[in-house]
Amino acid sequence: MSTIGVLALQGDFEKHAQAINKLGHSSVLVKDSASLVKSDRLIIPGGESTTMIKLIDRLDLREDLVKYGKSRPVFGTCAGLIIVASHVENSGFTPLSLIDLNVRRNAYGRQINSFIDDITLTTNGIETLYEAIFIRAPKITGCGNNTKPLAYHKNDIVMAGNENILVATFHPELTDDLRIHDFFLNHFG
Amino acid sequence: MLEKEFQLKIGLAEMLKGGVIMDVTNPDQAKIAEDAGAVAVMALERIPADIRAQGGVARMSSPKMIREIQQAVSIPVMAKCRIGHFAEAQVLQALGVDFIDESEVLTPADDINHVWKHDFKVPFVCGCRNLGEALRRISEGAAMIRTKGEAGSGNIVEAVRHMRKVQGEIKSIQTLDSHEVVAFAKNIGAPLELVMYIRENGKLPVPNFAAGGVATPADASLMMQLGAETVFVGSGIFKSSDPEQRAKAIVTATTHYMDPDAVCKASEALGDAMPGLEISSIPEGELLQNRGW
Repeated sequence: MSTIGVLALQGDFEKHAQAINKLGHSSVLVKDSASLVKSDRLIIPGGESTTMIKLIDRLDLREDLVKYGKSRPVFGTCAGLIIVASHVENSGFTPLSLIDLNVRRNAYGRQINSFIDDITLTTNGIETLYEAIFIRAPKITGCGNNTKPLAYHKNDIVMAGNENILVATFHPELTDDLRIHDFFLNHFG
Repeated sequence: MLEKEFQLKIGLAEMLKGGVIMDVTNPDQAKIAEDAGAVAVMALERIPADIRAQGGVARMSSPKMIREIQQAVSIPVMAKCRIGHFAEAQVLQALGVDFIDESEVLTPADDINHVWKHDFKVPFVCGCRNLGEALRRISEGAAMIRTKGEAGSGNIVEAVRHMRKVQGEIKSIQTLDSHEVVAFAKNIGAPLELVMYIRENGKLPVPNFAAGGVATPADASLMMQLGAETVFVGSGIFKSSDPEQRAKAIVTATTHYMDPDAVCKASEALGDAMPGLEISSIPEGELLQNRGW
């Protein structure tokens, strides 16, 4: 059993904590560096990326998170993806740049364009279907050589990873299907 | 299909958790709110304190003003429709607002019926004073519940009363044996299946936020500790002497609501909060919370 941190500055961190607990690991809500170093892995949840990045800077967590992400596995969902990306097309802020990918915020439109649809997921070498929830979701608009696509919705890459960092544009924490959390907690990095 | 639509609506409410939603009346205020770290803004023509002071009929904001705010910020934009005014709600949906607040702050359009919110693709938030009211709104399709409090008063006492009432009734449902559930549902005027859900899960089936009277970082911390999952701040920011600093301070205090040192630090550099109103000084007929049922 490992201790999984969930960055709890804002967003649906409780949903991630529930998924972690259901898979038999313990979860810790991370609001400062002391709780960050106790975590074997970290999840950055969905929420509002502008709010999260401002709080990261206001609370002086940027340096610690970057250092953490260079040595231990981090999973960013939706807003969490935007936080760890290398470049955000339509926003003034500087993300943590832990994974080489470009992202466009709210790329499908406003809440009225949010949707649920099947994606093709490739984890542990097996291709399966997964019903994914996209809420005011971002799009990955470019990947570096080191970043490997792990899931597609139509022609869009919706999940990707490098050695340490896993990202998804959708919300695995909002469903009861725990395959993606299981992949991050038990088979990734 | 309906179930998936509802999942998407609640999903956005989940994303707003642990944050602050701020009332704004123009694009400049919206930018200030976004820069301070608001998770969403509520676009409205007059903040509740001014509606209260100026009187008259308060209606949905002009589409032009809402659109300007949508263009100014990247965070979700909410807007209010009058209770029961489904045509205003249709207009707000056509504008693509991210959340509709069917709000007692505006003058009710229907004194008997609320909007049937299942008909809409845009999620709704509604106010409540107690659990029965919360569950009636959820049965109509609300994807988020907030306390009514007393909007524009700068006085937290009503929000506290409403939050404690809802939490207290949730706790008492958990003590019921199965014979007692139907009578309880009847007494609070709530659908049985939602009362059964609460008995099993110990919480509302949708996120539960606080609104109506939040004016300081400590007010935000208080509501979060009482069980709110996010706070709405209406008049409290732009009626204070230092909106930018206060907006930031309330955001920080909401993230660190369990850490008194952090709430203290956030409060230190602030100027004057908005002037408040003693609730008993408001004539009964002018209480906003009594609109809707």
